[in-house]
Amino acid sequence: MEALEGAVLRWVHVLVGIMWIGLLYFFNFVNAEASKQANAAGEGAPIGKYIVPRALFFFRWAAVLTWVVGAGLLSTMTSASGLNGFLAAFGLQGEFAPIGLGAWMGTIMLFNVWALIWPNQQKILGMKPATDEEKAKARRIAFLASRANTMLSIPMLWFMVTGPHQNIYH
Amino acid sequence: MKNPLDSLWGTVISGVVLTVIFFYVAQWLVGRGAGA
Repeated sequence: MEALEGAVLRWVHVLVGIMWIGLLYFFNFVNAEASKQANAAGEGAPIGKYIVPRALFFFRWAAVLTWVVGAGLLSTMTSASGLNGFLAAFGLQGEFAPIGLGAWMGTIMLFNVWALIWPNQQKILGMKPATDEEKAKARRIAFLASRANTMLSIPMLWFMVTGPHQNIYH
Repeated sequence: MKNPLDSLWGTVISGVVLTVIFFYVAQWLVGRGAGA
């Protein structure tokens, strides 16, 4: 039963993780440049009105679910020294250090989503009142936080897929 | 100096460089645990 519980948590973690990082890559590899071109052609409004708010909804809640289910999955494990897997990972202990590094990166990314990207996107999309100057600043902060997450996703995913394969770390 | 995050290639290359650095950090952390 414990093995099945772990498998289900891992499966859900990967499913919602794909939604989170997939949408992050959509924003960075597709939408940023497409919006720039559409705005230059005077056709950018529908993207901001219909696509981005919907994408941001699934993006930010998939981020939460990914973290929570990942934390739950770690908690079902026990390290060689008898420590709970969640504590061993975030404490970068022994064989849990690689997955712990990935977990820390995922945590920083979750913080970026909720503390930097989402509040600033609300200003950009007109969900919160903001002057043009505040919008320009919000655009820069949200852009850099999103790019930082794209950068961090690369080592984060490395540790997610290699964490259980300890032989490469010896 | 230009911010590497302003370009997609700069972002991807920075991510790969971070992966290499943290790979060695992870190796050190695992080795430290095994030696304890």
